Amino acid sequence: MSLTDLSGNLLYVAFFAYLIGAIVFGGAVKGNKERTSEGSFKSESRWGNIAFAITILGFLANLGYFFTRWGATGHAPLSNMFEFTTAFGMTLVAGFIVIYAIYKTPIVGMVVLPVALLIIAFASMFPSEVSPLIPALQSNWLAIHVSTVVLAEGVLAISAAAGLIYLLKVVDLNKKSKQRFWLEAIMYSLILVIGFVVASSYFSLTGYESEFAYVDKEGKNAEITYHMPAIFGMHQYEQLNEDKMTPLMETPAVVNAGKLTTVMWSLIVGTIIYWLIRLIARRRIAAIFKPFVKNVNLQLMDEIGYRAVIIGFPLFSLGALIFAMIWAQIAWSRFWGWDPKEVWALVTWLFYAAYLHLRLGKGWHGEKSAWLGVVGFAIIMFNLVAVNLIIAGLHSYA
Amino acid sequence: MEKKQCQCGHLNPPGTVLCEVCGRSLTEKEQKSKLVDMRYEGTARRSQTYNKSIIDKVWNFFSSVKVGVSLIVLLLVAAAIGTILPQKAYIPATTAEEIKAYYADVYGSVGRVYHFLGFHDMYSSFWFILLVGLLAISLIVASLDRFVPLYRSLKNQRVLRHISFMNKQRIFADGPGAEDTMQKAEEKLKELKYKVTTDKNGLLAEKGRFSRWGPYVNHIGLIIFLFGVMLRMMPGFYVDESLWLREGETRAIPEAPGYSLENKGFQMETYTGEDDEAVFNEAIDRVGSVAKNYQTDIVLYQKPEDSLPGAADLEKVKESSIRVNEPLKFDGYAIYQMDFRLDELKAMRFELTNKESEESLGELTIDLINPEKTYDLGNGAAVKLLGYYPDFSGFENGEPQTATPLPNNPGFLVEMTTPETPDGETSFITIKNTVEPFGENQYKLAFQAAETRDVSGLTIRKDRTLPILGLGGLIFMIGVAQGMYFNHRRFWIQQKADGEIILAGHTNKNWFGLKKDLDQVTEYASLPAYVDQQEEIEKAEKLESEEQS
Repeated sequence: MSLTDLSGNLLYVAFFAYLIGAIVFGGAVKGNKERTSEGSFKSESRWGNIAFAITILGFLANLGYFFTRWGATGHAPLSNMFEFTTAFGMTLVAGFIVIYAIYKTPIVGMVVLPVALLIIAFASMFPSEVSPLIPALQSNWLAIHVSTVVLAEGVLAISAAAGLIYLLKVVDLNKKSKQRFWLEAIMYSLILVIGFVVASSYFSLTGYESEFAYVDKEGKNAEITYHMPAIFGMHQYEQLNEDKMTPLMETPAVVNAGKLTTVMWSLIVGTIIYWLIRLIARRRIAAIFKPFVKNVNLQLMDEIGYRAVIIGFPLFSLGALIFAMIWAQIAWSRFWGWDPKEVWALVTWLFYAAYLHLRLGKGWHGEKSAWLGVVGFAIIMFNLVAVNLIIAGLHSYA
Repeated sequence: MEKKQCQCGHLNPPGTVLCEVCGRSLTEKEQKSKLVDMRYEGTARRSQTYNKSIIDKVWNFFSSVKVGVSLIVLLLVAAAIGTILPQKAYIPATTAEEIKAYYADVYGSVGRVYHFLGFHDMYSSFWFILLVGLLAISLIVASLDRFVPLYRSLKNQRVLRHISFMNKQRIFADGPGAEDTMQKAEEKLKELKYKVTTDKNGLLAEKGRFSRWGPYVNHIGLIIFLFGVMLRMMPGFYVDESLWLREGETRAIPEAPGYSLENKGFQMETYTGEDDEAVFNEAIDRVGSVAKNYQTDIVLYQKPEDSLPGAADLEKVKESSIRVNEPLKFDGYAIYQMDFRLDELKAMRFELTNKESEESLGELTIDLINPEKTYDLGNGAAVKLLGYYPDFSGFENGEPQTATPLPNNPGFLVEMTTPETPDGETSFITIKNTVEPFGENQYKLAFQAAETRDVSGLTIRKDRTLPILGLGGLIFMIGVAQGMYFNHRRFWIQQKADGEIILAGHTNKNWFGLKKDLDQVTEYASLPAYVDQQEEIEKAEKLESEEQS
């Protein structure tokens, strides 16, 4: 077995450990019927600790993946969409491990581990073979800058997880409200990620390929291979295989219809899954989680959410702005160039700066703070997904 | 507004909420509340005190958290809008007209609106810079408004506080004490690294006061950073030039007086997938080819200081190579490998031949950067270059035109003189064809070969503001850590004549940590048990609301 294969297998181990860990955490939270004399729940702490041990094992395997891959390629595995996103899943779990060690909160594991699973599954939809570094990335700053950023984002995501738990408990799902709508929107968007993973896996397992010639925005002829049945056709497309689906509509040259098709399939499959779950459970997705958060200590969730920002914000400032500027000065001759990724790092930073000022200066605790935590995660995910895949820039390595 | 006299006799500045000396509440609102508001120690903040003149109003506007956060959010939204379509710096158009047309052509009506609103140049737009400026003012004003009174107050802390100050603290204890209680409490607090000051029957223990300055320190860092950015607009602080340097060429470095650079050769490598790189084969196969290295080997020269103006003597400073991520550095300048053009035409070789007999009268090589006027081939044969068009783009009014000064598609208007044709024959030659404007010629210039070379695209930077920006960043990080990871804990303890102990505790954050300290002191010095009054109030409110429902 080569180092690369070993690395891949370790990632599988981590993935399944997280999966089992998530389920056991769920059981720990759900089964907490009897209180001990100290007021905590007996079965919760017992099963919680078992789940935690499984998570630690998974995390060790995950670290194993990371460093064996580093060994195989000779550079920190943080250089493309697959590697970065996988690392994001890993730092999210790392953040959780720290939080659990301090606060002993299985409910956080029940939320964080499935999200980490989604992120790793999302990552593996991108080309995952080890690839060499282009000249711009050949620097020690790759490891320094990107690892700090990914760690900061993992920690900040914990704030969103705590916020989500807080909201699941406090938002009244029996009354129609904006809060109820947006909470369900969060659950729906998480399921869309499943939609993307299912659609991508299905079409890649069946080996779907369909080729088109088209005219790009500079007016040049180009070719593209779709890996999903084409819903949208590229600008002035011409189908090259006859037996494949014909696009339903053509898009203008600035739109990448191939990516739009992927988005559309994720939406379709995700929506189907969403409604299937709703029909079977006969309630909102948020309502399914309601029983799990019954015994949540709201003050503790608020505290965890804030703690995560307190740790994540300085790390993010350091990694995504300061280290980023130093490297940009070395590699691109300017420390700042308003590249979309840079701008969105600034947007994220400004957002958390606003979070801190609202919390410390305006007393935005509890629910308001929880919503802000979730919005912060949405911004981070936007920067990761949309800015890499849709808005082209210097950072689009995937 | 008038100064406020406290019952203790101290004259407080107008707007003070808690007496600077004894801590009594001075406002009615504060007197009624169950707990004192300790955020700025009850000091008089200018923004909360005056609201008469224009200056007051401007000051109050900028010192408000609401305004600061609004500015942050506006900036955040504006920055995000700027990424919807590429900024003008990233599109292949240069003139204002071209840029406008580009947005309209490529992005349709969305692009037209985007351009019309100026979003294509968001970050240098006047209102974006204005927003940053306003935020900077807000940073300064809001910090001063809070820092100055807070500093004064913490510097002049008194040990003995009035009971109404003590019993309105979140942590409060009241009960009998032993004779040595105060002494033992002092011992333990000192052991816990508190700074203890005593006065008569009381003590003040304090730890981590510097953490209160954290927010102001990080704001100073940000202001220094923004100041550094502003300095870049001043001449002399900032150089950004580009230089296209052909292989074999030596040129003066723009904006770096006295320095010249020679290009000894440019190389571009791609990953081969062999040996060590075998592990990357799959990736290389998928994308076709992956660049491995862009490199220009250079020699840096400097004109000696005693050199006469106009003299061509150059001293070698160093010989090295410039790669991506490895700029050449000298004398505050940095030169970066940014771009390249492969195989630019360098020279073209022709043969002057008789069309019929194909007899050759000799060869000539035309340097495409510095062509000569006449090429004498000997034996009475010569070629005169009447016109040279490096990037021939067609005829306009019968005149050949060149699109750029780069030899992409050279065109030559030549006059060929031979012993047979002493009056000369005119011919216009490009790579693709030959035009003979004045009728059929006897001779032609037959193309033999072309020489090419690579061109390195280099960027020259000098940025004297970098140390300032670095300092700003460092101070910001120190301030953030100082304010976030440390906290300011205080205990006030008094023992009355009858032995009764009164204790109050305060921290700006992490009450859990404060209580842990206090637990230790309480145990060691047998202090009366304390209550967390905030929690008591919350509990009471909860009970009340439960009873109501």
